[in-house]
Amino acid sequence: MTLAALHTPTARRLWEFHGGLHLPDHKRESTGAPVRRAPVPARLVLPLQQHIGMPSHLLVQPGQAVLKGQLIARPNGQVSAALHAPTSGTVVAIAEHVVPHPSGLAAPCVVIESDGHDAWAELPPPMPDWATRDPAELRERVRWAGVVGMGGAAFPSSVKLAPGPDREIHTLIVNGAECEPYITCDDLLMREHAARVIAGALIIRHVVGARRVLVGIEDNKPEAAAAMRRAAAVDCRIEVVVIPTKYPSGGEKQLVRVLTGVEVPSHGIPAQVGIVCHNVGTAAAVADAVLDGRPLISRIVTLTGGGVREPCNLEALIGTPARELVAQAGGYAPDAAKLILGGPMMGFALPDDGVPITKAANCLLVPTTAESPDPGPPLACIRCGRCADVCPVELLPQQLYWWARAKDLDRAQDYDLFDCIECGCCAHVCPSHIPLVQYYRYAKTEAWAKEQDKRRAEQARRRHEARVTRLERQESERKAKLRKKKEELDAPAGDPGTDPKKAAIQAAVERAAAKKAALAAQGVTPANTADLSPAQQRQVDAAEARRTVAPEGTD
Amino acid sequence: MAFPTLSSPHTARPNETRRVMAEVLLALLPGIAALVWYFGWGVVINIALASAVAVAAEAAVLALRGRPALPAVSDLSTLVTAWLFAVSVPPTLPWWLTLVGIVFAVVVVKHLYGGMGQNPFNPAMAGYVLLLVSYPVQMTAWLPPSVLTEHPLTFSQSLAVIFQGAPPAGLAWDAITQATPLDVMRQKLGLSYTIAEIRQSPLWGDFGGRGWEWVGNWFLLGGVYLLWRRVITWHIPAAMLGALLFAAGVFWLVDPNTHPFPAFHLFTGGTILGAFFIATDPVTACTTPRGQLVYGAAIGLLVYAIRSWGGYPDAVAFSVLLLNLAAPTIDNYTRPRVFGHAGGGQRED
Ligand code: SF4
Ligand code: SF4
Repeated sequence: MTLAALHTPTARRLWEFHGGLHLPDHKRESTGAPVRRAPVPARLVLPLQQHIGMPSHLLVQPGQAVLKGQLIARPNGQVSAALHAPTSGTVVAIAEHVVPHPSGLAAPCVVIESDGHDAWAELPPPMPDWATRDPAELRERVRWAGVVGMGGAAFPSSVKLAPGPDREIHTLIVNGAECEPYITCDDLLMREHAARVIAGALIIRHVVGARRVLVGIEDNKPEAAAAMRRAAAVDCRIEVVVIPTKYPSGGEKQLVRVLTGVEVPSHGIPAQVGIVCHNVGTAAAVADAVLDGRPLISRIVTLTGGGVREPCNLEALIGTPARELVAQAGGYAPDAAKLILGGPMMGFALPDDGVPITKAANCLLVPTTAESPDPGPPLACIRCGRCADVCPVELLPQQLYWWARAKDLDRAQDYDLFDCIECGCCAHVCPSHIPLVQYYRYAKTEAWAKEQDKRRAEQARRRHEARVTRLERQESERKAKLRKKKEELDAPAGDPGTDPKKAAIQAAVERAAAKKAALAAQGVTPANTADLSPAQQRQVDAAEARRTVAPEGTD
Repeated sequence: MAFPTLSSPHTARPNETRRVMAEVLLALLPGIAALVWYFGWGVVINIALASAVAVAAEAAVLALRGRPALPAVSDLSTLVTAWLFAVSVPPTLPWWLTLVGIVFAVVVVKHLYGGMGQNPFNPAMAGYVLLLVSYPVQMTAWLPPSVLTEHPLTFSQSLAVIFQGAPPAGLAWDAITQATPLDVMRQKLGLSYTIAEIRQSPLWGDFGGRGWEWVGNWFLLGGVYLLWRRVITWHIPAAMLGALLFAAGVFWLVDPNTHPFPAFHLFTGGTILGAFFIATDPVTACTTPRGQLVYGAAIGLLVYAIRSWGGYPDAVAFSVLLLNLAAPTIDNYTRPRVFGHAGGGQRED
């Protein structure tokens, strides 16, 4: 290192995390040309849930005309996101459609047919004076714009912009690490729109009240780092830090560690240690929302891998089918083997190319068989420990595998199953080619299900107990009443037969009994809780549960 | 258990179990060459015999278990077991003992416990120990190193010794076999000779038994290769050799007349082979880094203890098997601190 290099801001101290991999980065393939705008597709498919949290609440109906940027679904609760029409046209259907999800299942989507005009709706006014505005106002704007984490997690950004009154945030980390091989959308975004990213970073800094901003970029992206440095010169509180290339340094907790040395607690979030972390794409989207009043309706997607003819980066409208983007990248090469959403380490294989691009879709990777060969049938684990050597969380993947395979979920959790970030390092190096990540996902799902079962059983037990007490109480009340009545009867009162009021009641009771008997003869029972549909029964149960849970506090 | 067929990562996998095993076999070659050089063709014959029996036994067991034999046999782990066994036994071992040892190792120790990856004990060492306790005479009848004998066995003589149990014409057993240096050391120390007196014998080389020390050196070369190729990590060999040297060093400093010098322990018997090839068997060793240090050190100390005060001249096999038993427990208490859990993380400023 030269002396000059020592005086550049890169000389800040960096920290290490355990394990990780040095992978061939395959970035070159798709960085040759600037980002191109993909044409507006004839039909857009917009899943109502493109984010972590509750599905958005639909605001449009089939047949309704929409304009570009028009709100078509609003956030449903705190952890949810708004959704906007990416182009003008007509809502032709609200229907189940296969969405990019590992399960390959269908989910509710809004289908918009484009009218070709790409005409904008009226947008909220820009906020060039954001620096003097109240953070709450800016947060509301970001929430309106439907911004979610664009690095892949898709967590609603407005939530992360509100770390809570009792949490003092000192550092904003902007994640430009882009550590997965092949993916270059953040790289090109930083090269071409560094000023936007920095503007977004400053806005977020203002909203969360951080003192400083650290932008982390892996050292395999020198052009992006240089562009960001130039753009960051506007504010001395922003520091662009070039970090060593090591997968998965772009994982949130890993990046926090590398840049600050702090370990975010297990099961915790960075805000607990005074840090907020946003992806560069998210920062740019925040800037769009605040500076232009523009909602999140498009994103940069990397199309790459030996299986597409012309790897490139495309700015695509959310909802564009993957297949159309592949066509834009020259179509499939003859030896295309898979279609992966995301990178080779953490992405998932799509069942077909009709699925739409979502807000979190950073890359469509089409590897050839040589790039992504079938690992073949797994062999036995030889306990060689290579997996443990590379695990960035310092788990013991071989032990996790052992317990997951034995379906001993308690032991698996004892070995910190839920700390696994599913980065795939372990499976990559495993000489026995065991699909370790698959086992961990399976074990996590099972553990969750079991946890839920437990909770449900607990609820049922409480419901039952409450019912028993209620019945007992009713019974004793009834007995008390009877006793009282008897005492009254025993008392020297008038003859019941001669009391006109009592006679009327007696007659009514007899009539009711006769009617009941008649109905019973026809096979009809008057109880209004019988013969419920399962859905109704569930509702009843839920209501019952609410009723029975509530008194606990008052008893 | 049903899973979706495609799971991340989608990368070409750089490692392969078969290649790991092949590297172990490759790394054994220098040591084997040295063994052949000093102790003759019997070593080669034993290796060939053990390999054939092991592969046949494994194929047979798999057939009985209704599993396809080819993938399991072709992972080469059985050959590693066979070779480790064959380089540990005397080069004159009767063929049927090799058969018994290997069949026991493969069928009982490996497959009755569930096969590859499931066996708690190192199969080669279990087979070796079974023979050692059942047939101590045959198992300790080593040839003298070729530099010390006037009658090195030819290939056909070796064959005859192994398959017919007949010493070459005109020679008595005593003329061709000899106690190992470890044996000699133990017996003579028992007779109150001093180390200096014992070392008068031509049996001794620069640091260990003559010939033996060089076998150790060549196995060491293979071990370094394994480290370089990252087939093994430094933890177990370093801890085992370190602990053995430490124990030997302490006693030697106290009384150099009755305790062999530390290098003797390193370069005689199966120390080097054990440290790099046997104790490091991943299936049966500890798997956490700290656990491996404990495991290796415990083996080293046990080796010293059994050699010095035990009933058997060498102790690597016993020590390894004993620690195999303790490995899961050690692993459990030496788990690494998981990222983000208490006790870690530096604060800035
Ligand atoms: S890398 Fe694979 S074979 Fe090695 S210990 Fe881990 S899971 Fe087992
Ligand atoms: S997938 Fe989980 S267990 Fe495997 S290396 Fe990553 S964090 Fe560790």
